[in-house]
Amino acid sequence: MAQLTYRESVSLAIAQAMRKDPKVFFIGEDVGAAGGVFKATVGLLDEFGKDRVMDTPISEQAILGAAMGAAMTGLRPIAEIMFSDFLAVCWDIVANQIAKTRYMSDGQINIPLVIRTANGGGSKFGAQHSQSLENWSMMIPGLKVVAPSSPADVLGLMNTAINDPDPVIFYEHKSLYASKQELDSTELSIPLGQANILHEGNDITIIGLALMAQRSKKAAEILKEKHNIKAKVIDLRTLVPLDLQTIKKSINETGLAMTVEENPRLCGWGAEISSLITEHCFSNLKGPVTRITTPHVPLPSADILEDNTIPSVDLIVNEVLKKIKGE
Amino acid sequence: MVDIANDDIGENNRLKLWEMMLKLRLVEKKAYDLFLQNLIKGTSHLALGQEAIAGAFGVALQEGDYTFCTYRGHAHTLARGSSIEGVLGELMGRQCGLMKGKGGSMHLTDVDKGVMGSYAIIGAHLTIANGTALASKYNKTKEVSVCFFGDGTTNIGAFHEALNMAKIWNLPIVFVCENNLYMEYTAISDVTAVEHPAADRASAYSLEKIIVDGNDADEMFRTAQLAIQKARDGHGPSLIEAMTYRHSGHSRADPGKYRPDEEVKDWLENKDPITNYRKKLLDYNIDEKVISDIENKIKQEVEDATEVSKSSPIPDTKEIFTDVWADGGYKWHN
Repeated sequence: MAQLTYRESVSLAIAQAMRKDPKVFFIGEDVGAAGGVFKATVGLLDEFGKDRVMDTPISEQAILGAAMGAAMTGLRPIAEIMFSDFLAVCWDIVANQIAKTRYMSDGQINIPLVIRTANGGGSKFGAQHSQSLENWSMMIPGLKVVAPSSPADVLGLMNTAINDPDPVIFYEHKSLYASKQELDSTELSIPLGQANILHEGNDITIIGLALMAQRSKKAAEILKEKHNIKAKVIDLRTLVPLDLQTIKKSINETGLAMTVEENPRLCGWGAEISSLITEHCFSNLKGPVTRITTPHVPLPSADILEDNTIPSVDLIVNEVLKKIKGE
Repeated sequence: MVDIANDDIGENNRLKLWEMMLKLRLVEKKAYDLFLQNLIKGTSHLALGQEAIAGAFGVALQEGDYTFCTYRGHAHTLARGSSIEGVLGELMGRQCGLMKGKGGSMHLTDVDKGVMGSYAIIGAHLTIANGTALASKYNKTKEVSVCFFGDGTTNIGAFHEALNMAKIWNLPIVFVCENNLYMEYTAISDVTAVEHPAADRASAYSLEKIIVDGNDADEMFRTAQLAIQKARDGHGPSLIEAMTYRHSGHSRADPGKYRPDEEVKDWLENKDPITNYRKKLLDYNIDEKVISDIENKIKQEVEDATEVSKSSPIPDTKEIFTDVWADGGYKWHN
């Protein structure tokens, strides 16, 4: 039995992979000597040395380019982009180069790399250090997209991502770094594309990701205790590949679906899920799919403003009540 | 005048350079012909006039070395030994193409020959070439990475990020700027703060300022050999600015009318790398028949490969759905 935080799980998962496979190395800004700005990579430099844990200049294109080139030769780089917002300055490398090179080369080139990045709001950092950007990568063919919601999922999904032969973007949620979990084992492996049921129920299906999955779970507990509503909560864990079968199975049982997204409204991942549910489960639906998102605004900074922008547990509870009881 | 007694290059390498440049020239000319016949669609960016740079590196590099080039990359791909039908077939969208039509003219890739891709968005591939160089350093192996790019690339951020990182990590890499004086349609001198867009930036990254006549195959070969050896010996990166000129416009769509007639005439008539090298071979007492035999051989190879490409089937539409992922498929949900 071990108690681990989400942040400790990141460094442990990387260390586990580096111990097993000399092809794995780790690069990024302030990741080595400083242990990362979120202290999620503390201890890696001491254990593996500077040949395998490399501090870089503030050069996001050069970081991801180097990772891509190394991966093309068969190495397995892990590259950190400090905040997911910074993906915008190296998006050519991500969306045009890393994502498309395997296809354009007719399969001559594999790019087995992991891009780790701190994602999401809750820290009052304002609009350029708080975004939830999973959507950006979901829409690009050739990228796998992971967003864990718990320490166990960080361990299991990071392990799988590093061993995956394709490029994976691994979105770590800033507001979950301090979350803790008791684990029977720290040797975990979770397949990409396998959703997790966080709460059982057959009245409604709530589909979330990362922090929103955890908030949906809390909302489901309140709905059960106070309102006798049993909500099933699906934590997608990965957007690409997507576990459509788990979604379909649950919607066909409950007939009601809600997605909870941290990103702004337009073209959020919930829109794709909603479309899939309509396409695959139409005859079993009792009503339209509800999407909860942040409003379509950049994220504000002040406590009260940010807290009222990102979907909260109360908002999820209220939306479910409206949907089921018309309240 | 040539100094035959102190010839550091030798007949063997000279004939290799001759054959290589000729191949690059004749394949590009053939590509142009095939365009006119509408057998090649899309766009293409010919390297006519710039053959000495890719050619010299092609001769100087070893098997296992990595090269990266731009959308103007037919020549750099052929220079590593990729087949002519692989290149022309890709341009024509045939099954015999290097990527069976999935990449096209701007993305020629042939990993078996060390051609790690042709990159069509300016700047990125300098950073990616650092990655293969980093891998060689990490694995303690001796491959050298070479990255070709145009003068226009020197004004994008990735150029500067890549040079800095190559230097601080002492990577075994050679950056080769082919300065053909025009970024696309605009003179590079009109939009750049320094006279030599690459070489004048070298000092900012503690690199030597190297400017070479990119249309002189011998000078190019010497410069390439030195930089490659330096990288292979663990002494880090080089940045070479090779002065050259493209005979045609930027791309298929560009007649290149923005260039003064006198300038074009001078480069084509007086500074053509192939015309001049042929004269030099004769100056070195290489037999006219040896020279023309190589010409005839390459002409025949290009004609044969053209026929192979023309008769190669078009790709099966099933190819659309292959090779997004390493499992060979494109599925994104279960």
